[in-house]
Amino acid sequence: MIALITRDLRLGLRSGGSGLIGVLFFLSVVAVTPFAIGPDLNLLARIGPAILWIGALLACLLGLDRLFQIDVEDGSLDILVLARFDQPLALTVFAKCVAHWIITGLPLVLAAPLFGILLNMPLAATVATTATLLVGTPAITFIGAIGAAVTVTLPRGGLLVSVIVLPFVIPVLIFGVQAAYGAVTDPAPFLQPFLLLSAISLFFSVLGPFVAGYAIKLAEG
Amino acid sequence: MIETVAGFMLIGCMARTDLRLIVEQLAVSRGGRPIVSDVSFELHSGQGMVITGPNGSGKSTLLRALAGFLPVDSGSVRLAPLDEPVWARAQFLSVANAMKGALTVGENLTFHQAFGGAPALSVVDALARLDLAHVLDNRFGDLSTGQRRRVALARLLLNDRPIWLIDEPTSGLDRFSEARFVEIIKEHLDGGGIVVAATHLPIDIAGLRSLRFEEEVA
Repeated sequence: MIALITRDLRLGLRSGGSGLIGVLFFLSVVAVTPFAIGPDLNLLARIGPAILWIGALLACLLGLDRLFQIDVEDGSLDILVLARFDQPLALTVFAKCVAHWIITGLPLVLAAPLFGILLNMPLAATVATTATLLVGTPAITFIGAIGAAVTVTLPRGGLLVSVIVLPFVIPVLIFGVQAAYGAVTDPAPFLQPFLLLSAISLFFSVLGPFVAGYAIKLAEG
Repeated sequence: MIETVAGFMLIGCMARTDLRLIVEQLAVSRGGRPIVSDVSFELHSGQGMVITGPNGSGKSTLLRALAGFLPVDSGSVRLAPLDEPVWARAQFLSVANAMKGALTVGENLTFHQAFGGAPALSVVDALARLDLAHVLDNRFGDLSTGQRRRVALARLLLNDRPIWLIDEPTSGLDRFSEARFVEIIKEHLDGGGIVVAATHLPIDIAGLRSLRFEEEVA
């Protein structure tokens, strides 16, 4: 499992760009919004967390289709599936998700504070949004793994993955944005949505790999 | 103490020499069409089998079914006397090489050794067996077609898995490399392994069985 994570991390860094493209996409969403909304600084600060979350969500969906596709193309997936006696497929998928999140999700989390400045967000809101992204984006990867596994045999499954996955990540978006708002606006709670968000991530870190593993096994046939 | 160790070694040897791959009345279909039907054979440790036949006659389908990728319509694939599926002890090599072009040959093979478990030959030794020691630090994507295939063949030597299921192992290889690979198969069989290969390569090994698919499946 460690070997698989190491390989995928190396691959992500070496073949380059997949993480950076996500960040650039994130940046373009964040940069375009003020043009559409208008230069009202207070308004931007207020909707800042939502913009950051939408941007990060879309950027996360962007790279999902490559999760298993690269292994199908060169035959590696056969090897991953073949090893399932010693290495259950759910664990294999979990390892791939972890590597995928580090390559594509973590850069978004790290970029979020910087992009918060572009939206004139107060420090507390920026910190809270970054924290919610940190615990929330893994859920997107784990849920997305199911979509990526289901569409793995389709030659052009890219957009389809996003469309399939999007409805299922709406709760992540809701609780993520709510927690971020809760940190800065007074009556709204921070802790409850934040904990629910963490729960979603933990829940799908188990369910996602199992379902995706099963789908991959079926796709091999 | 010494007796215990000897006992363990004996058990280890027994498990290795006594392995039997038993296929009975196997039928497999793909996309609703029956591709392989009524295939039966039994291979003991040290025995190899070559599958021949025209394109589309079901060679790869049979191999993929043996590896457990495809659901079996009827019949059975067993590994006696173990209570384990075939894929628990099998190496599988398809026409794809299962290597990453962006990584070096060494990185690719190190991954496969670690992921496959039960390490056998080291990465350097395995490459040396295929006369490829010099490409260890080259990017896999920069190699020639034949070199890539040889690296993929070197993968088979990395893990101690007795059953080799290999599909067109020598496509893209020159004569010399083909001969070298036949030697490697021979050694694997002598060591108590089982090889099932779909290939047109004439392999001159005593006791090698052959299975011929006659016609293309309509």
